[in-house]
Amino acid sequence: GGMAAAALLLLLLAAAGPGPGRADAGRERRDALREELLLSPLPTGDVAATFQFRTRWDADLQRGAVSHYRLFPKALGRLVAALGVRELHLALTQGFWRTRYWGQPPLQAPAGAELWVWFQPTVTDVDKAWKELSNILSGIFCASLNFIDSTNTVIPTASFKPLGLANGTDHHLLRYAVLPREVVCTENLTPWKKLLPCGSKAGLAVLLKAERLFHSSYHSQAVHIRPICRDASCLALSWELRQTLTVVFDFFSSGQGKKDWSLFKMFSRTLTDTCPLASQSKVYVDISPKNREKELLEVSPPPTSVHEAIVQGDRRTYAVYDLLSPSLFNTSRSLNVQLKWKRPQDSSEMPIPTLHAQRYVGGYGLQTGEICTLIYNTHPYRAFPVILLETVPWYLRLYVHTLTIITKGKENKPSYIHYQPAQDRSRPHLLEMLIQLPANSVTKITIQFERALLKWTEYPPDPNHGFYVGSSVLSALVPSVTAMKDMDVEQSPLFTSLFPSSDGSSYFVRLYTEPLLVNLPTPDFSMPYNVICLTCTVVAVCYGSFYNLLTRTFHVEEPSRGGLAKRLANVIRKFRGVPPL
Amino acid sequence: EVDIRITGQIFALGQLFFKYSCNHVVLMQCVRLVCISALFNMVFFCFKVCTSRFWFNYRHVANTLSVYRSVKRLGIPDSHIVLMLADDMACNPRNPKPATVFSHKNMELNVYGDDVEVDYRSYEVTVENFLRVLTGRIPPSTPRSKRLLSDDRSNILIYMTGHGGNGFLKFQDSEEITNVELADAFEQMWQKRRYNELLFIIDTCQGASMYERFYSPNIMALASSQVGEDSLSHQPDLGIGVHLMDRYTFYVLEFLEEIHPASQTNMNDLFQVCPKSLCVSTPGHRTDLFQRDPQNVLITDFFGSVRKVEITAETLSLDRDVPGLESKFPEEELATEPLKYAEQLPVAQIIHQKPKQKDWHPPGGFILGLWALIIMVFFKTYGIKHMKHVF
Repeated sequence: GGMAAAALLLLLLAAAGPGPGRADAGRERRDALREELLLSPLPTGDVAATFQFRTRWDADLQRGAVSHYRLFPKALGRLVAALGVRELHLALTQGFWRTRYWGQPPLQAPAGAELWVWFQPTVTDVDKAWKELSNILSGIFCASLNFIDSTNTVIPTASFKPLGLANGTDHHLLRYAVLPREVVCTENLTPWKKLLPCGSKAGLAVLLKAERLFHSSYHSQAVHIRPICRDASCLALSWELRQTLTVVFDFFSSGQGKKDWSLFKMFSRTLTDTCPLASQSKVYVDISPKNREKELLEVSPPPTSVHEAIVQGDRRTYAVYDLLSPSLFNTSRSLNVQLKWKRPQDSSEMPIPTLHAQRYVGGYGLQTGEICTLIYNTHPYRAFPVILLETVPWYLRLYVHTLTIITKGKENKPSYIHYQPAQDRSRPHLLEMLIQLPANSVTKITIQFERALLKWTEYPPDPNHGFYVGSSVLSALVPSVTAMKDMDVEQSPLFTSLFPSSDGSSYFVRLYTEPLLVNLPTPDFSMPYNVICLTCTVVAVCYGSFYNLLTRTFHVEEPSRGGLAKRLANVIRKFRGVPPL
Repeated sequence: EVDIRITGQIFALGQLFFKYSCNHVVLMQCVRLVCISALFNMVFFCFKVCTSRFWFNYRHVANTLSVYRSVKRLGIPDSHIVLMLADDMACNPRNPKPATVFSHKNMELNVYGDDVEVDYRSYEVTVENFLRVLTGRIPPSTPRSKRLLSDDRSNILIYMTGHGGNGFLKFQDSEEITNVELADAFEQMWQKRRYNELLFIIDTCQGASMYERFYSPNIMALASSQVGEDSLSHQPDLGIGVHLMDRYTFYVLEFLEEIHPASQTNMNDLFQVCPKSLCVSTPGHRTDLFQRDPQNVLITDFFGSVRKVEITAETLSLDRDVPGLESKFPEEELATEPLKYAEQLPVAQIIHQKPKQKDWHPPGGFILGLWALIIMVFFKTYGIKHMKHVF
């Protein structure tokens, strides 16, 4: 509420003051918003919807004090300027992208919260800036990012190269942290939506209703800020803010078992109008034929145009609905894109992605264990390198001498290893390896660990749930099936232009494995109470007895004559010959 | 740069202007000025805490969210509300309807809604954080939304719910806050002039024990049950499988649903809200520390945010060209050679990366002592005459 009011008031004051009606009316707006939605049906019958909102601002946030924020949100602009941030990537994810069944993701994020930031070379104390940044972001996004500290922050040396313009890559300016336990819910979506220029009131963002978005198999929302080339000559830079939201609707729970999807079925809303601040607003539907045969997917209403692009090394066809074209809303006031399958799909047609991985914990008991990662290269004849980054918390003590990498039965020695051991309570383990994956192979990486016993106060309130180990990151240059041409970044759809591609023969992909849930030996938390009771009892009994022995004096007491009953009993006992009472 | 303190009043004004400008940014030459009255002498804050973890404590989260909802509806903005929820019920994997928290059976009312901002969640809800927010002793890097920015003219509403006992309230099944600590925290607030008037509502078992020890002025307290009594839950929902709300808060919510920003209901009506026939426990209240008579205290003094606004009919025309307000964009120098993107996976560069030089640390005390011992033993054994050969 606060941020919206601030934006509104700034807009009003800007309009009331010397706004665009000034003498130099020919001065263009320096910021632009593009929004797009990509609907891709997945091989298993689910459908993935990816929203991307890109605000581009042709100003240099670092130099000079910028004070007039129009489309670019002021909260993030001030953050970038004040803390010397070069690039910022924050993702909040619930669920897991099943690469094996759904294909390569356009942009994947690990479960929980992930934050990685490149700072400017002018920042002197990077750790201090990092701590401040995580605190400020935790306030903006209502997430517990303030738990990011030195125990879960690492400095990768080979992965996470900058995605924007970069002058040099000194990895001491990079910080990476992941919080696998972080929950994502409406309170994270609300501030994310408020950063959009039109909020959730117009344009594609009207579809973002929490009740439908969180009833899904995978929900990931991210914010990416980076500097990009202003134009083809690339002599000046612009700042780009990309807000992406990927959601996968489940075939069974949202689709009710039917493979036909529509915007209304997915979001319980349809598109009615466009955001007036957007310069481009499009909906792309992936209608690529799977086996080079004729298409088996039919979309209605008929699209404005059809676009072909080479995405992730593969030629894909998209039906495009341009919301800004006047012909779209001619027939009906709302746009409800519907996808129908022309013929039932064979399960044998499911394509297997070139690179996918899985990770699991092996072993038994609460003392030792083993982390196993399996990486699959399903390309028939090309080998390619992959960088594996693993961050393991300090309380799982890794034994690096047990690290084995086995491919096709033989040992595979990595070309580069960087290992930084953990320090108890201050630093996690960092393991980075560059592994060459031969064609058509499975690589198994195993490393053994021992579980540590934490101090009493370090256990969370629900320790029997277990402790999470964040996802490992795989970065690879996967060879493309079709060579990619150099495209004009501005004209191509947003989902093709996040990773800058250097040559067309391979494309860059970043995959994440599953997070792991590991049980640590948990003490019995009722023990202090038990110990206190037991100790007090023992002390009372022992001390009490000694005290009594030492201080009690014994007097001989004359036995009383007793009552009538006693006298009678004594008489009987005398007869029996037994001593009297 | 315009620096504005966002209060509910300006928010309401903004809404007014937004409506009249029809969702467009309109060039306005003449602006009707609305005179913001300097009479706002009360700022309203709200601090809601739910202290229970685990799915079966769904009702405590629903309690807190329903009070949050009523308070927002009556005008207090999110920037003045600090909401602490100890566990996530809405997106809990056991929730059959994700992103919803219901307070009425048959899923009638979703108190979670679409516009909710939780400031402290999950493991952040601890006794330490709670006391730090109350007393204002927070680390400097804490963002504004996590602070209670009250001053000596603020009326604060504090609502707590969870599991409690005689003299304590349990936080997340692992720690407790006692009534003495709470009373001391309020006294710190009073001494630091952090509140004008404070309303404390607690819905736990034996809740009245929590306000027994208060000793600071201007505090009014309400509890759902007396010492020795349990507060009971209201109704389960068979679809969700847990109890949805506690009785006392359920009837308080029903009472608050009838309050609108202009209503004149006073505190005495709130004290009568849940008689023993409905609540099974006996709600209690404490007003001896409060200076005003509860009869004269309006509900909206704590739950709502009512301001005075004066509208004038004066019109002020603004010049098109305002001197002195130039464009703030500095002249940029273009780079001499084109900037480049970094290579994402520079294999050759990575393989030949020089290993990081280990920082040289001076030898520690143990090493120095060991070497000193060795050298001493050597010279003692063989005599000092060897020294000149060594050095």
